[in-house]
Amino acid sequence: MPALDATDVAPTPGRGASPRRFGSATALVCRECGATYDLSARYACEECFGPLEVAYDHPPVRRADIEAGPPSLWRYADLLPVPPDPADRPTDLAPGWTRLHRADRLAAELGMRRLWVKDDSGNPTHSFKDRVVAVALTAARTLGLSTVACASTGNLANAVAAAAARAGLRSVVLVPADLEAGKIVSTAAYGGTLVAVEGSYDDVNRLCSEVAFDRADWGFVNVTLRPFYAEGSKTVGYEVAEQLGWRLPDQVVVPVASGSLLTKVDKAWRELGSAGLVEPTPYRVFGAQATGCAPVSRAFAAGLDVVAPVRPATIAKSLAIGNPADGPYALDVARRTGGAVGDVPDEEIVEGIRLLARTEGIFAETAGGVTVAVLRRLLESGQLDPDAETVVLNTGDGLKTLDAVVDVVGPTATIRPSYESFQEVGL
Amino acid sequence: MSVTVRVPTILRTYTKGAAEVTVEGATLADVVAGLDATYPGIGARVLDDEGRLRRFVNVYVDDEDVRFADGLGTPTPAGSTVSVIPAVAGG
Repeated sequence: MPALDATDVAPTPGRGASPRRFGSATALVCRECGATYDLSARYACEECFGPLEVAYDHPPVRRADIEAGPPSLWRYADLLPVPPDPADRPTDLAPGWTRLHRADRLAAELGMRRLWVKDDSGNPTHSFKDRVVAVALTAARTLGLSTVACASTGNLANAVAAAAARAGLRSVVLVPADLEAGKIVSTAAYGGTLVAVEGSYDDVNRLCSEVAFDRADWGFVNVTLRPFYAEGSKTVGYEVAEQLGWRLPDQVVVPVASGSLLTKVDKAWRELGSAGLVEPTPYRVFGAQATGCAPVSRAFAAGLDVVAPVRPATIAKSLAIGNPADGPYALDVARRTGGAVGDVPDEEIVEGIRLLARTEGIFAETAGGVTVAVLRRLLESGQLDPDAETVVLNTGDGLKTLDAVVDVVGPTATIRPSYESFQEVGL
Repeated sequence: MSVTVRVPTILRTYTKGAAEVTVEGATLADVVAGLDATYPGIGARVLDDEGRLRRFVNVYVDDEDVRFADGLGTPTPAGSTVSVIPAVAGG
């Protein structure tokens, strides 16, 4: 690869662009063999097929500068591969800076000392995917791409369609045809192109990868723009640390689909420690999967460092990735930090949704149910310390997955409109 | 047995830009060997030093991920299509 010239600020036409167009990002680097590439819409190493990741040469970043920033993920722009000038970023929906909720009632129920819920259902389209899309769309515009596209289990579909609508870009979203109706409707409402594919998410992902070979002017946010996209997940980790008063928790439980979010929370905390923004205290990272799609959990339990693909069968469709390419890296993080990866069957996912809702007033989608249910399992098995400060991530809103609970919750009673009738049911 | 191979963008320098090529082979291992004979060097991009499929390469024979079949031993019937795709995490 040609050497990068960090002083070159002129935009480069086509698929590449000069590094300064991406803030302090300097290159794409292969996670497997270390080969480097210019910042462009590429995602796989030409030498070994390994995934590419953004490398930086960060300037010093101070807490005060971040705290003076906007109440969105853009307060961390200096730590992201985005243009240095905010005017160059698209007029997006400014996701992030979601609440870190102290969950005392849930903690009491589980016998924990201190528990927090990082609630990303508060994002513009009600899931953490708004974060990754904000960064990917900025990259797409910087690279001069005409269309943004994605393969999605639903939440990403919502986020891409909405952000593209807001930015005035064309969107093409591909989803499995059997997704929850709410996710289909709430994507189609934004008016982009929505393609329902008769297959699993892994089939859709494969299709997008093949289509991307021949659509050089499209940015597939989670395929060709993946190195940029994935960096958006770091902002969950940054926010947790800042909201705790610039310190790291002892334990975190993260839902695992591709495995990317888990690895990026870890990356965020390591970056903050290296930058001197937090004390680099030890923490343990735990992953949560549904038993019906648990390739990473199985590999963890078996002591393997490769992840054998599975065919998903679970109500947690947003986590139903049977072939998670970041799985090996998620395993590395869990093992390096002394964490674990666990899984729970669908019945416990529903119980997890209900437990969080009745104790904290947070209605999570199925992925949040997985996280809470795995938290409980890890406590029961002694793998997670009830006395250590713990954060769990709720990545999406329960209104998106009503199907999961529609058969188990409903009216306490159905009565005639009379006082007598009210009394008859014991109220 | 003639098999069509869909070539990912990052390997098209070997195939002079061709997105699809045709090779002979009764199994995926034969197909990879056939590819390397016609386009020297391409085999080492798909296989590691021990001759196994690289960790971040997904290969499909028609619609079947070969890891659900017999890996490099997966049969490649005449007329089938082999797709070589960089693994991408999705999600």
